[in-house]
Amino acid sequence: MADFATVRDLGPVGMITLRGDLSSPALAAVVAELTGTAVPAPQSAHIDALRGAAWMSPDELLLILPHVEAAGAVARIGVALSGQHHLAADVSDARRVIAVNGPGAAEVLAKLAPVDLHPAAFPVGMFRRSRLGQVAAAFWREQDRFVVVCFQSVGDYAHALLAQSAADGPVGVFIP
Amino acid sequence: MTTRLGQGGRLIDRTRAVPFTFNGRQYQGFHGDTLASALLGAGQQLMGRSFKYHRPRSVVAAGAEEPNALINMGAGGQFEPNQRATTQELWAGLQAASQNHWPSLDWDIGAANNLLSRFLPAGFYYKMFIHPRSFWKHIYEPFIRQSAGLGRAPQARDDATYEHVHVHADVLIIGGGIAGLQAALTAGRAGERVLLVEQTAHWGGRAVVDGPVIDGTPAEYWVKQAVAELAALPNVTLRARCMGAGVYDHGSALAYERLGDHGPHMGPRHRLWRIRAGRIIAATGAIERPLSFAGNDIPGVMLASAVRDYVVNWGVSPGDRTVVVTNNDDAYRTALALHGAGLIVAAVLDARPVADGPLVAQVRRLGIRVEAGRGIAAVKGRGSVKGVQVCLQAGEGAVLEEIACDAVAMSGGWSPVVHLWSHCGGKLVWDDAQALFRPDATRPPTGADGAGFVTCVGAASGDLTTAGALPGLTVDEPAQAPLMPVWLMPQGAGIKLRQKMWLDYQNDVKVSDVQLAAQEGYESVEHAKRYTTLGMATDQGKLSNINGLAVLSGALNAPIPQVGTTTFRPPYTPISMGAIGGVARGDLFQPVRRTPMYDWHTAHGADWEPVGLWRRPFAYLNPGETVHDAVNREVKNTRVNVGLLDASTLGKLIVKGPDAGRFLDMMYTNVMSTLPIGKCRYGLMCSENGFLMDDGVVARIADDTWLCHTTTGGADRIHAHMEDWLQCEWWDWQVYVANVTEQYAQVAVVGPKARLVLESLGGMDVSKDALPFMTWKDGTLGGFGVRVYRISFSGEMSYEIAVPAGQGLAFWEAVHAAGQAHGVMPYGTETLHILRAEKGYIMIGDETDGTVTPLDLNLGWAVSKKKADFLGKRGMERSYLARPDRWKLVGLETLDGSVLPDGAYAVADGANENGQGRTQGRVTSTYHSANLGRGIAMGLVERGPDRMGEVVEFTNGGGPRIPARIVDPVLLDREGVRLDG
Repeated sequence: MADFATVRDLGPVGMITLRGDLSSPALAAVVAELTGTAVPAPQSAHIDALRGAAWMSPDELLLILPHVEAAGAVARIGVALSGQHHLAADVSDARRVIAVNGPGAAEVLAKLAPVDLHPAAFPVGMFRRSRLGQVAAAFWREQDRFVVVCFQSVGDYAHALLAQSAADGPVGVFIP
Repeated sequence: MTTRLGQGGRLIDRTRAVPFTFNGRQYQGFHGDTLASALLGAGQQLMGRSFKYHRPRSVVAAGAEEPNALINMGAGGQFEPNQRATTQELWAGLQAASQNHWPSLDWDIGAANNLLSRFLPAGFYYKMFIHPRSFWKHIYEPFIRQSAGLGRAPQARDDATYEHVHVHADVLIIGGGIAGLQAALTAGRAGERVLLVEQTAHWGGRAVVDGPVIDGTPAEYWVKQAVAELAALPNVTLRARCMGAGVYDHGSALAYERLGDHGPHMGPRHRLWRIRAGRIIAATGAIERPLSFAGNDIPGVMLASAVRDYVVNWGVSPGDRTVVVTNNDDAYRTALALHGAGLIVAAVLDARPVADGPLVAQVRRLGIRVEAGRGIAAVKGRGSVKGVQVCLQAGEGAVLEEIACDAVAMSGGWSPVVHLWSHCGGKLVWDDAQALFRPDATRPPTGADGAGFVTCVGAASGDLTTAGALPGLTVDEPAQAPLMPVWLMPQGAGIKLRQKMWLDYQNDVKVSDVQLAAQEGYESVEHAKRYTTLGMATDQGKLSNINGLAVLSGALNAPIPQVGTTTFRPPYTPISMGAIGGVARGDLFQPVRRTPMYDWHTAHGADWEPVGLWRRPFAYLNPGETVHDAVNREVKNTRVNVGLLDASTLGKLIVKGPDAGRFLDMMYTNVMSTLPIGKCRYGLMCSENGFLMDDGVVARIADDTWLCHTTTGGADRIHAHMEDWLQCEWWDWQVYVANVTEQYAQVAVVGPKARLVLESLGGMDVSKDALPFMTWKDGTLGGFGVRVYRISFSGEMSYEIAVPAGQGLAFWEAVHAAGQAHGVMPYGTETLHILRAEKGYIMIGDETDGTVTPLDLNLGWAVSKKKADFLGKRGMERSYLARPDRWKLVGLETLDGSVLPDGAYAVADGANENGQGRTQGRVTSTYHSANLGRGIAMGLVERGPDRMGEVVEFTNGGGPRIPARIVDPVLLDREGVRLDG
């Protein structure tokens, strides 16, 4: 079923949990400086080539950048937002990042996550925190793939779950 | 005798013969057959035996409602019992076997029960087996278990795979008959996202057999056009072989798709659709009811609709001569279908005094004999129908004449399939004119907004006409005269006849059983159901429920709506356990959380212990070593040399903000706001009720930042607890919390030589002066960037070292290598427990169980008396928790050095108000200590700390009582000199 969907670990990716006032200009400025994007709207992500930002909650963003930049970026945020209530934590090593490629990627995720993955309901740039089988996961849609983020302790489980769902083949509900 | 007709059968392809086996014998059917139609076509009428009396049975229906023809399907890893022959599609190589008989279907010893049937009435088992009491367990139950059960349980592991899929839709339509198709067309043309599911492999439902004219075209053609149009709409998803199984709150629904049951198949066998729908339309049709006359279960007696289904759909003759017996006009369609196929309709017996509708007239015009006011007194024949005895419906069953025949087509009217309407609370109303329960449109199941989210269309709504199913379309079909409710045939039948009138075929419940239940005082339909087992078989009473409650209503002399129905529960028909599990099987059954060092532990003999979803090494076994030996070795080595513990699973929560200190002072029983930067403090967390819920070491990282360690099991729970208070109660406090548990691997280096090991790694100064007990520092060790905490849960000199998780394994290996010169050994959770118990340290979940306060554990020193408030302060002050006679923590020492049983109770004098022996304490932790060479234990004992030296007796429920002395729980190094090495 290689034509349907393929599942691949993306290796270490830099990730920063940033909590703060998402309407703050200083926060927007440091997000733009580090990731090159604006603060995303609810349920969306601006991520290009694994650099960008995703909306996690009304006061939380997930910043995504190369793994080697993460520690420096946390320090930079501390400087940029000093005096302003916020929390920035490097969570790069806490996560596993997995790509699901292929025309069946949405169906693979629909087998595991209670989310409306119809292309009209889940367009490119959308980001959701949900679950995958029995574990927490977040994912966003890019042009030609979905990218899934879960905790590293269950990374093997999540990968195997996605791989089995890909191997089980099409449902035929989002693709002809 | 059934046989294949020379022509006809709209679903079969006579050019494609399909071989299969039944009870090991070779048969042949056609592509498009069901197993039932293929067996009937091959002349194999007998398909199984009933559950209780082992009566010979054939199919009575042609669809999902079939109660009789249950079969064992397949073999080995594909074996599955209790499949219905009427819904099992035929495929080449299919293996089927009948159930519930021994040694063979034709010659069955259990059929002796049939001869005893009048001694086995409703409630027989309850009455017979209640005395003497001891006989149940040792004699009756083993015997009954041996003979109970329909199909065999599978012996092999299931070969197939299964999956779920989550789908959202504006409209979910359940049922692909004309009403469902029309509803889908309406919604689909309007651009809504539509999901239409149909349980069979075919669209069109009954209309394609019964043949009304729709929009000037035959129903079959109209259905083809409708399906083609729907298939072309991109916003419509059509699924055949997909049953709407259940409707739940807020528009959620389950559908069960059978992908691999109609032939060899790649991919999942079943798929469970987990659907969120804006609204749900139940177009589930109606099911015909049997009539209750003596011998209505003899093979050859079928529902009238099923008879014409077999003729029209599969070209199967039910027999050369058929008698139709009915209380309505619809069954006359069967007479027309049989006549059209060149078969003989010996007579139509119509229970109504007058039979004169247009369909009746059409039948009479063909010269078929129609007798009004007549019924069947009894069916002649044992293994198959030989004829019927005709009587007056109004009488007691005096035989007027006998008519020879080999099939009987019966119709007692129709019951709308209201199951899906009812699953989530839709109410029903009794329709007297049609004698059926139909959905009460004014009382639908309601969603979050209070509005109904399920509607019924077509026959499911109670309108049995084609026109009713297709509002706005022109329909040409004959009008029908009203039916006459018939619950007994003849209405004055005596007990001998009533004992042979079957209501529930599968569970062998007869009219006489339900009447007996009523006579014995079972007035509630739910109680009568359980007493008689009516409707409790795998078909869940699809044919029997309405007839049964009508008989009950007659016996109780109460109107039917007052008796009411039993509860409709999902799934509509049985669904496989595999589908429910989906992909969660084998390695994917449950996630296992692994630390970065998991593979190293595996390679070094880890005996795993599940801790929540984590796996932690219980001990590391050397070759040839027992777990017990390994633990003793680890315990000794850690006190003498140095041990390594993977502590990565401990929770790590960052709490930051201007109000973080104030917040932590509320969360913990002691004061955290005053902790200096660079220092650590042990803290306790209580619930509002004052019960201890978690503990751990808190480190002050920066002016506005703390790092809180939680227990392994507490990481997510305490994170949620903190967010709960911040979001719901103190939403105006400026505090953020982040759970960074998995960002770090944490290695505890523990023992007198711990410092030597770290010094040999090189890097930061880890001396007593540079890094005193209960402090932390960032630095490097062996080239790794680390944060080192000088904290101890063992009483030994101990460093807990955090590194980013990605470097966890490399760091662990570096420490292990550096420790070789110092006798390092990794140790597991059991050694962790023993080391802490030797020091009298409590463990959340051992010493606590949600009913224990810090004061019970003598931890008053960690409960602030100065703070104005903290969670649990008020709770702890309540009189019951502040009582002096609470069970409190002590050490326990057996007099003979043995290990106390875990959870054993300390006995007290006397008995409580229930006559149970009183207790005065219990064991909370108990181990063998290799360091002390004897059993050690902790426990909670009434006024324990005031009773030092006293001996109390423990019991484990049986065996001799074990005396143990109350002692100080701290057994080792009371002065704490070992902490600094």
